[in-house]
Amino acid sequence: MNESFSPEAAAAVGPRQDRSAEAEAAAATALPDAEAEDWRYSPIGELPVADLRSLDGPGIDGNAIDAIDRFTTVVPDRAATVVIVDGFVVSVEIDPGWASKGLAVEADEGLPAEVPAAQLTHFDRLHRAFSPAAVRIEAPAGLAVEAPIVVVTHHATAGTAAFPHLRITAGPGSQLSVVERQTSTDELGFQVPVVELVAEQAANLRYQLVQENGSEHWQVGRQLSTVDAQATLITGTAAFGGHYGRVRSDSRLIGRGASANLVAAYYGDGDQILDFRTFQHHEARDTRSDLLFKGSQDDRSGSIYTGLIHIHPEGAGSNAFQTNRNVKLSDEAWAWSVPNLEIENNDVHCSHASTVSPVDAEQRFYLHARGVKPAVADRLVVAGFFQEVIQRLPVPAARAEITRLIAEKLDRRS
Amino acid sequence: MTGSALIISDLRASVGGTEIVHGVDLEIRPGEVHAVMGPNGSGKSTLSHVIMGKPGYEVQSGSVTLDGVELLDLPTWQRARAGLFLAMQYPTEVPGVSLTDVLSNSEASADELDERLRAEADRIGFDHQFLSRALNVDLSGGEKKRNETLQLAVMKPKFAVLDELDSGLDVDALRLVARRVEAATQEDDLGVLVITHYSRLLNELKPDRVHILSRGRFVASGGPELAEELEASGYAGYAGEPAEQPPGAATAIDPFADPLGL
Repeated sequence: MNESFSPEAAAAVGPRQDRSAEAEAAAATALPDAEAEDWRYSPIGELPVADLRSLDGPGIDGNAIDAIDRFTTVVPDRAATVVIVDGFVVSVEIDPGWASKGLAVEADEGLPAEVPAAQLTHFDRLHRAFSPAAVRIEAPAGLAVEAPIVVVTHHATAGTAAFPHLRITAGPGSQLSVVERQTSTDELGFQVPVVELVAEQAANLRYQLVQENGSEHWQVGRQLSTVDAQATLITGTAAFGGHYGRVRSDSRLIGRGASANLVAAYYGDGDQILDFRTFQHHEARDTRSDLLFKGSQDDRSGSIYTGLIHIHPEGAGSNAFQTNRNVKLSDEAWAWSVPNLEIENNDVHCSHASTVSPVDAEQRFYLHARGVKPAVADRLVVAGFFQEVIQRLPVPAARAEITRLIAEKLDRRS
Repeated sequence: MTGSALIISDLRASVGGTEIVHGVDLEIRPGEVHAVMGPNGSGKSTLSHVIMGKPGYEVQSGSVTLDGVELLDLPTWQRARAGLFLAMQYPTEVPGVSLTDVLSNSEASADELDERLRAEADRIGFDHQFLSRALNVDLSGGEKKRNETLQLAVMKPKFAVLDELDSGLDVDALRLVARRVEAATQEDDLGVLVITHYSRLLNELKPDRVHILSRGRFVASGGPELAEELEASGYAGYAGEPAEQPPGAATAIDPFADPLGL
């Protein structure tokens, strides 16, 4: 990116041996640009790389860390609470009851993000070089962790790049749910979070992201998940903040009967750009994936959704669905929605649907005809539009908060 | 002007540049029921949409006043707040928005909304489970019409336009719904413009006047006996030049006509 991301700077982050080499590999890999399919329509070429520097520790002191909102009112009953500042794990609290049953939550420096070699970008290399540690969250076989784990990821230091990392594993037959809230200051910052989700056989793994970054923040996130036989993964992505907020998710269904529900609610305003790239890989028989992403765009904001359902030759008997719906709230707002299918086995059911439209005129008229003021009617219709997603979000404790964040966006309109 | 009334004067309106309503005059007093009957494509639904101010319908000339207030100058929501109600032929599904959400944001809201909703639902046999569900989503045609009637009863407008309220209702539901509207004319002095193809609704909701709309004009007006006459002899005697009208013409000029041709 620039000389601040040198091999020496990487080596200073932690003792893991391959950091310098990864930083060198990053320097040898070009920054992505919007010409590439995976980055099309994005503003990635405008990322102010010259204004960013690397970090060798969290940029705020203990008192400021203590002041970070740990989502305690949103999720009062927690199995563990983790705080990550500028990519550094600064606090891990685990409920002793769950710890005694084998739930593990700890920082581990020796786990670089496992991004498939063919996909490694400049940013992934930087992540492997500069991410201080992964937070390893693991439920052992058979343990049903009823209370969610909360992770608060805060980017505090302006002008820096941060590389948080979660590796979440639900052991065979276990249940685990994690809520991650991402926040930042309103100043320039660049964050590359990686979340690895592993649902082993017959596990039930739920992960909810609530992205509330500040107005000048850039984010290029990745979710890499594998779902083994008879296991279920449910991910919820709620994205409201940032100047540019991207999540690429690669969901691999690798065992027979694996299932993934992938839902997202996103709402941009001002000049925000929210960007989602999804891949549903059916690599085993009788697998199921169901994706529903719903968003709205106000002011001059934009969103990008591109999705691929890939049924591999081994994916006989699979069911795969992909739906992206967008409500554009202003003439200057924009949305790209590009669903795709790649099917290498004929014994499957697949569907995809995509819409970008203004607030429905018939719905609007119906409410107006009942005496509802136009601004209130639009608000009701848009909030109602998101209800379908809210009901499907993986962690019930977070639904009310996400509903509130949408309401807050809608309040800003009037 | 003397007293309260909904007065339509020389109303002309078009859709997509084609004039559909060619000069309609009508005066409805509180408590009165006026029926507008006519074949498909005669302009009945267009008339109802123009009165309520639906986008896409252009008024060429004329006026519609409610208690002396010119409704055509007002946006739809203000027409509703002035006391006008439209029961729609095809009530729109509004995902994620409940009846309570809507009525608590319409002027009719006021106190004890839930209690009134439940009481009115019982009067017309509308299942309480629908009160908190998304508006019209997954409701049968009959349930949608009960829902329209329920809103009418709770909102207590001064005048209501009922656009084919009878379509999709079975005989028992039709009786309940019609009696509820009839009761509103007596208890609340509701004035009603009821649009229908059939006289069966009018057996329950007794009209004071019946008007026959053909090709955008009233071609006859009379008492309730006019509806009975239509039931026996059809519209043939009233449609301006019925023989010349090709069968497809009606739907071609009115995209909102009943597609089932009932």
